[in-house]
Amino acid sequence: MDFAAILSAAVTGAIGPVAAAYALAAIGLNIHFGYTGLLNFGQVAFMLVGAYGVAISVSVFGLSLWLGVLVGVLCAIVLALLLGAPTLRLRSDYLAIATIAAGEILRLFYRSSYAEPLTGGVFGLQRFANEFYELNPFPAGEYGIGSITFSNRDLWVMVLGWGLVALATVFVYLLIHSPWGRVIRSIREDENAARSLGKNVYVYKLQSLILGGVIGSFGGMVMVINTQSANPDSFDPVVTFFVYTLLVLGGAGRIAGPLLGAVVFWFVVVFFDALLRQAIAAGYISSDIIGAPQAGAVRFALVGLGLLLLMVFRPQGILGRKEEMVLNGR
Amino acid sequence: MDSGRSGSRRLAIRLLLLLAIGLLSAILPATSAAAQDSEQNTESVGGTIRGPDTEPIPDIQVMVTKNGAPIGEDTTDAEGTWEIPLPEPGSYDVAIDPDSLPDSAVPREQGGERLTDVQITPGQQRIVIFPLVNPNEQSDGDEQQGSTPTPQQTGPSFGQRFADALLSGIEYGSVIAICAVGLSLIFGTTKLINFAHGELVTIGAMVAFFLNAAAAGPGIQLIFAAILAVVAGALLGGLLERGLWRPLRHRGTGRINLFIISIGLSLLLRHVILIIHGSRPGSYTDYNIQEQLEFGPFSAAPRDLSILAIALLTLVGVATMLQRTRIGTAIRAVSDDRDLAETSGIDVSRVVLTVWILGGGLAALGGVLFGLAEVVAWDMGFKLLLLMFAAIILGGLGSAYGAMVGSFAVGIVAHLSTLWFPVELQNAWALLVLIVVLLVRPQGILGRKERVG
Repeated sequence: MDFAAILSAAVTGAIGPVAAAYALAAIGLNIHFGYTGLLNFGQVAFMLVGAYGVAISVSVFGLSLWLGVLVGVLCAIVLALLLGAPTLRLRSDYLAIATIAAGEILRLFYRSSYAEPLTGGVFGLQRFANEFYELNPFPAGEYGIGSITFSNRDLWVMVLGWGLVALATVFVYLLIHSPWGRVIRSIREDENAARSLGKNVYVYKLQSLILGGVIGSFGGMVMVINTQSANPDSFDPVVTFFVYTLLVLGGAGRIAGPLLGAVVFWFVVVFFDALLRQAIAAGYISSDIIGAPQAGAVRFALVGLGLLLLMVFRPQGILGRKEEMVLNGR
Repeated sequence: MDSGRSGSRRLAIRLLLLLAIGLLSAILPATSAAAQDSEQNTESVGGTIRGPDTEPIPDIQVMVTKNGAPIGEDTTDAEGTWEIPLPEPGSYDVAIDPDSLPDSAVPREQGGERLTDVQITPGQQRIVIFPLVNPNEQSDGDEQQGSTPTPQQTGPSFGQRFADALLSGIEYGSVIAICAVGLSLIFGTTKLINFAHGELVTIGAMVAFFLNAAAAGPGIQLIFAAILAVVAGALLGGLLERGLWRPLRHRGTGRINLFIISIGLSLLLRHVILIIHGSRPGSYTDYNIQEQLEFGPFSAAPRDLSILAIALLTLVGVATMLQRTRIGTAIRAVSDDRDLAETSGIDVSRVVLTVWILGGGLAALGGVLFGLAEVVAWDMGFKLLLLMFAAIILGGLGSAYGAMVGSFAVGIVAHLSTLWFPVELQNAWALLVLIVVLLVRPQGILGRKERVG
């Protein structure tokens, strides 16, 4: 087995565009879950509306990409209002179930033949980000150190993705250390205490849902700009679970949690993926037990196991404080 | 204090402004887009061909024909893209040459290498996709992924179709109800939202599938296989409670932490099932082909009537148990007020264990019935899970009877929607009902109002 190849694949995965997209989604979720204590299990819905906001604006209506980004953000705000208005008054369980249902409803409608003129149905939409790639300042070629290389195209997406991650991180830092941030953290700790101090808990929760949702929608945009293809089935509920896993891994309720979580998560996932594929190719694992097609399923099973073990043994993740992660929900 | 409040108001105003600007900008360019369409007048068809690993595949032959006459062809370049100009708008057939595909990729559906009747509107540069998968993930062309094979009938009258849809809705609802009752009781007694409940359903169906139909299995008749599956499901439920949830509760793990743990467990179990069983759906060997029986406006196969009868009997049995037996009363007492039940001398741990065993057994039975009504697939339980959630929220969280009422509502809405809307959306409408109910009656149909938020 070629360990150098496995390692360089893992590092490439950890700093690649996909990790940046997940980091953005996790930064948004961190506002919801880490700071406000909202159980949003429909983060993928925000990513989906953001992604399709861009894709539909450009592919179907022929707008410029940048206007598409605005449309995506707008869709995320509308979604947060629609979702939050009824459920944020209810106990946290209701929000969890309603948001995961909303994510599935959106995915099913976006992939239906009804929506095909707009969303491309199960085929999705393609090649809508040319405007972005035309701005690529890097001359064609491969960039990198040793065996960790990126094409100029990937590099440009990474600049966008990680640039947005940096912006969002600074934004969240300022937000959390503002009076507004203190209020939402107090809501997480004790909603009734915040209410008894005269804070309108409902409005704060709604604002938190909107802000985190918009950041999440940028994650979706980076994801589809990277592949130049928006497909409804790449936004299934498992994406939300991945985002949760990496957020908990990095440390929910910490500024750098999502960033560290995304990098470590994708390093580990790609590492095991590559290791498993090499082991199968080299014949260490009989292909009767796990063939190449099943190797993909192993990734999901391992993420599930990882999430389970993390929550049992170290719910605060790498960076978190344990007392902040004993959640009983209100 | 004041600054926080005015700050939030300022934020709200800013967001509203942003919304207004966004709405305007969304409306204005929409009109100019229509104008732009007529400017382009060169029709073409093109796309990017990507393998199962999403890497583009070069050197694939793509051909366009119209009524059998060749129009043009192209070969994908290094980025996997191809484009073929077309002479005029109309209907074309687009096909890839299967021989030029690498061995590791085949069309997702059999016959998927040819797309017939691709409609090209004037000026359209249409993008078409050939979804490729690994060779052993290919499905038959008629097996629509994720949707129930309800035959699209055009012949019978609306009344007939309504009666059929209603009956299958009730059947679907009764299967959801069997699974959801356990989920609701578990929530009622432990306050855990068990996200892995769908996997208990799948495992039940899979155990019966292994015993009944799998090549390596013993090939037992389905009824006995189902009984063994229920026993296995009950054991698994009890095992999960004793081995995982009880120790975690004793450690004082928070409720939401437990919820996330169940999500991890769900992901793990579901994909272990996928590794073992593969992604190909299967069906049981018994009761597959049956004649339809006629009852006035209703017609159904004996299989469907048996599913309905078994499900209804089970539900009545569960209700009787909850209402009449000692353990049933204890379950209701613990759901009502755990602390009060404990001080009255009820052994709460034993009650919770009973609920898990009951829930596991019911979920397995639901899985077998669902597998019999449709197909046995690795993600069948997960698809049912969201409908179960919808059902128990509809009925009121934690109430077993509410779960039953909610399940029938969800099942009937799902199937009646197929009268007017595509089958692929039936579950979406059922979930939409959930959101609507949360808007108008958040505590659910049978739920009690409690102070929340």
